[in-house]
Amino acid sequence: MLEVKDLHSGYGRIDVLKGIGLEVHAGEVVALIGSNGAGKTTLLRALSGVQPVSGGEIRFLGQRIDKLAPHKRVGLGITQSPEGRQIFGPLSVADNLRLGAYLRKDDGIEADRERVYAMFPILKDKRDQQASGLSGGQQQMLAIGRALMGQPKLLLLDEPSLGLSPILVDQILDAVVAMRSSGITILLVEQNAAAALEIADRGYVIETGRIVHAGPAAELLTDPKVKAAYLGLD
Amino acid sequence: MSELLQFLISGLTVGAVYALVALGFTLVYHAADVVNFAQGEFVMLGGMVTVFAYAAGVPLPLAALLAVIVAVVVGLLLYWLAIAPARGASAVSLIIITIGASILLRGAAQIVFDKQFHKLPAFSGDAPIHLFGAVIQPQSLWVLGGAALVVLTLYYVMERTLIGKAVVATAANRLAARLVGVNVATVMALAFGGSAAIGAIAGILITPITLTSYDVGTLLALKGFAAAMLGGMGNPLGAVIGGLFLGLLESFGAGYVSSTYKDAIAFIVILAVLFVAPQGLVGRRKVERV
Ligand SMILES: Nc1ncnc2c1ncn2[C@@H]1O[C@H](COP(=O)(O)OP(=O)(O)O)[C@@H](O)[C@H]1O
Ligand SMILES: [Mg+2]
Repeated sequence: MLEVKDLHSGYGRIDVLKGIGLEVHAGEVVALIGSNGAGKTTLLRALSGVQPVSGGEIRFLGQRIDKLAPHKRVGLGITQSPEGRQIFGPLSVADNLRLGAYLRKDDGIEADRERVYAMFPILKDKRDQQASGLSGGQQQMLAIGRALMGQPKLLLLDEPSLGLSPILVDQILDAVVAMRSSGITILLVEQNAAAALEIADRGYVIETGRIVHAGPAAELLTDPKVKAAYLGLD
Repeated sequence: MSELLQFLISGLTVGAVYALVALGFTLVYHAADVVNFAQGEFVMLGGMVTVFAYAAGVPLPLAALLAVIVAVVVGLLLYWLAIAPARGASAVSLIIITIGASILLRGAAQIVFDKQFHKLPAFSGDAPIHLFGAVIQPQSLWVLGGAALVVLTLYYVMERTLIGKAVVATAANRLAARLVGVNVATVMALAFGGSAAIGAIAGILITPITLTSYDVGTLLALKGFAAAMLGGMGNPLGAVIGGLFLGLLESFGAGYVSSTYKDAIAFIVILAVLFVAPQGLVGRRKVERV
């Protein structure tokens, strides 16, 4: 579904992605793990088109997309819940979700919003409140819900569990599993590597802009090098 | 009492025009992060195009519509030709670009039109209305009513329509707006077009009272900017209040103190706001970017 080849990107003259290659197949949950500053967010931003790339290719459903504007990529079915939530603070919860479906013209938008409310009931209780008043966990749910409202084929999740309590982390990861069963393909970026690999089919490990390990999630979980570097065990 | 009422009405009338100019500043600043000093030129275009079309025999309502269309086209061209290509430039560079555009537009107006002052007939006659001893020109009611209609329309668009919400969303968080599929360039173009229409309407409404010429935009931009600053740049409600307040200040200042320094009041307001309340008097600054 998604093929990335030799992708380069950076900020100014600093190279951050130094030839990334990865694939995501339809129906998979793929985890991308790596320490702080490795380039995970930069990669997701490049996939969404909000970060310029200086070399390499991105293909989605067989089509080159690396030159497409961000809204075109959303239209093709790639949506993102960005790092740091980035909700629309002055707008209501319901409006945040509605804007997630900004490009849609079909009449399933209301039903999809109800589906998001069913997944995260607290959002329904707060639907008329300003999003800026939500707690961190609720904002995270809103950011994920907003990305779902775009009817993604491929959903990019950037650190959805960052800063959340363990109970909320579980709730978010359960939601990811539920999304997969509803047919959405997911690329999940996490610092919480163990939790991400638990629910993923495959995983990639990124280090200073390069993929250094790749494989089935179960194998990465038991790989001694991965364990030592990212799972906090030995 | 009658004198007070007189100053009040004339203050609100010019204040309504400042409010519309300030609203134009606010809309563009909000959506595109640009302080557009060519805002006054839209007001000039509104008045001048209407005057010349009307003189050429076009009925007044059509002439006014034509003026709004011309201003919107100029606003869009300003965005596409001057602002969009400079994407990523600093705030100061963008301000210099808009000042350059305003000089260019003034020069072009001087050539296309002329350097004379022009008047439009009042929309519903000149017979004054007497109210508690004050004399009200019917055109004042047109200005106040027209400005109110513009404000309500803008409020409705921003609060109730998807495209309006996209503008608010873009102002609140540009990255997130792009990630949900908002074409941010379109939103900015809309803001420029919308602010041009608002400015042109202000120019059409006020021309029967104050006359117009190719260079009326300079002072109006300054006063609208002062009003927008008073209201806390980027806050539409603040812009309206700031505009009315500045109009009243000028009117009462001219009436009770001296009319010599009327135009200096806007400068004093800008300086006072900068020193005393850089966030504006109404509410806080626009939502912080994350
Ligand atoms: N806006 C930016 N400007 C300059 N450098 C940046 C910017 N954002 C990130 N970086 C740098 O790029 C590198 C990768 O960052 P990022 O993609 O955010 O990593 P991760 O998401 O894996 O923590 C880091 O060294 C970071 O300092
Ligand atoms: Mg990151």
